Amino acid sequence: MMVDKINSLTIRTPEGIEFSLMLAGPVTRFLAWSVDLLLILATNKLLGVLLGVLGIISRDIAMAAGVLGFFIVSIGYGIVTEWYWRGQTLGKRLLRLRVTDVRGLQLRFSQIVIRNLLRFVDSLPVLYLVGGLACLINRRFQRLGDFVANTIVVWSPPLDEPDLDQLLSGKYNSFRKYPHLEARLRHHVSPAEAQVALQALVRRDEFEPRARVQLFQSVVTYFKTIVTFPQEATEGISDEQYIRNLVDALYRPNTTESMR
Amino acid sequence: MIIDLQKFITEERPFWSELEAVLVKLEKRPELRLSLSRLERFHYLYQRTSGDLAKIKTFSAEPNTRVYLESLVARTFGEIHGSPEKPHRLAPLHWFFSTFPQTFRKHVRAFWICLAAMLVGGAFGGFVIVVDPAAKEVLLPFSHLLGDPSERVAKEEAADDDRLAGAKTSFSSYLMTHNTKVSIFTLAMGLTWGIVTLIMLFYNGVILGAVALDYVLAGETPFLLGWLLPHGAIEIPAIILAGQSGLVLAGALIGWGKSISLKARLRKISGDLVTLITGVAVMLIWAGIIEAFFSQYHEPVIPYAAKIGFGALELILLVLFLTRSGRRTKSSQLGVESKIYHRHTQADTDTKK
Repeated sequence: MMVDKINSLTIRTPEGIEFSLMLAGPVTRFLAWSVDLLLILATNKLLGVLLGVLGIISRDIAMAAGVLGFFIVSIGYGIVTEWYWRGQTLGKRLLRLRVTDVRGLQLRFSQIVIRNLLRFVDSLPVLYLVGGLACLINRRFQRLGDFVANTIVVWSPPLDEPDLDQLLSGKYNSFRKYPHLEARLRHHVSPAEAQVALQALVRRDEFEPRARVQLFQSVVTYFKTIVTFPQEATEGISDEQYIRNLVDALYRPNTTESMR
Repeated sequence: MIIDLQKFITEERPFWSELEAVLVKLEKRPELRLSLSRLERFHYLYQRTSGDLAKIKTFSAEPNTRVYLESLVARTFGEIHGSPEKPHRLAPLHWFFSTFPQTFRKHVRAFWICLAAMLVGGAFGGFVIVVDPAAKEVLLPFSHLLGDPSERVAKEEAADDDRLAGAKTSFSSYLMTHNTKVSIFTLAMGLTWGIVTLIMLFYNGVILGAVALDYVLAGETPFLLGWLLPHGAIEIPAIILAGQSGLVLAGALIGWGKSISLKARLRKISGDLVTLITGVAVMLIWAGIIEAFFSQYHEPVIPYAAKIGFGALELILLVLFLTRSGRRTKSSQLGVESKIYHRHTQADTDTKK
């Protein structure tokens, strides 16, 4: 049975502010777990080498320490790292994942212990099949351990803020002569549409020359259907400069006002 | 309408950075307590950043700043609205002698159900052995239990060499980890509304009942008690307690007669589950040591009376521990109440002042 998935969990604070937590999918989580598994195996290998030395003194004690050590590392790794790093293991840190309370509150120790103990069941019969299936069925990608512990795993995307100054500086904006059209533009253009224009500029160097020309042409054609500037404002400027003027008008209206 | 993003960011960034710095500090040192003035500043920064998030959501299309602010607000929200646990001062003795038995008693009904499941299983196993001794091969998964009990007893008692010599510690650690895994599994099977948990207990009871009747009918009761009681007096109750934790989980899932949500019910029992299963693990460590170092030695090495006496003593102490330890006596309750009363009257006096 497949259930309608949600990619993010929206939490409304008592102050009336909403924020979203991006939920991590099973594949990302599996990758993070693989890193952790490698680390656990490496630790156990190291433990084995050390116990090999102890085995010279007492084979029985070395074997006992091996059994206990493997058990403690397997269970304790997740509990200790998630408690110490507030919801992150090394694998989760690498993949920018974090375990958090389903209400967005601080994780409690008992939640961490429960989700890690129930790994035993989630990992059955092999390769987290039970946990994986539970993830697929659950709307919030919770495995059984997460479900019982009231936890979710969230993904924090890398933050990369565009530098508008560098992006827009040193260019004359012919649209500024028409503040009423700029105002209309700001009124009619939706945030998502403005974002398309901004991202086209930010990522312009990533395109092949021909694709870049075609892209800016289509974007300009689209924006012209929203607001049409007079011919003298657009004459002789490239489509790319058109979008640059547009982004300047959309994102820096006060600069325009101060020029007047 | 879109705001002047750059100006907005330039003006507000110092506040975000300040909030982030406090957050990082709090996240690194959870035990850190802010002074009142710093707490007020922290709250102000939270409110200001929340306001900025609301603005940027309404007026701007800039996703990166929005995501950044959401992350800041989410982290601060967790810090402010979470119910942080008391600063962690490890008190294992208090936990073991008070919290664990209190938690056991809090959910004692689940324990009785599990005990009943095991007893029914035991009665069934014993009954099957009585009416059809050949069923032993089907019921018992351990090869050393399939033979004639009297032959085994004679062999064990005649053994000159210590068959566990040089392997007792590793055998003990194997028992501890294996039984703890089984207990965790029993707890987890509470997810099946407790059905599999009860089946597991019933099955354990069947094996136990079949073995017990097999030895009793063969006239080897002293051997049976001497062999099983020293470790079984702790191990078997530990498995029942693991079942109890499974039923506590099942109870939260089902939620009969409880008007709170599933999430709230699960949240309510999470601490109790951890307490019970940790207590079970402690019991199994003890049982593992006794089974490897004591239970496997029979007469003439250790007299059965000594083994049975030791097992019975353990059982009595366990019952006393689970039923009496950490109980609030009337005088201690009165003490707590008078302290609370004193605190209230003191607070009233302070307010009037």
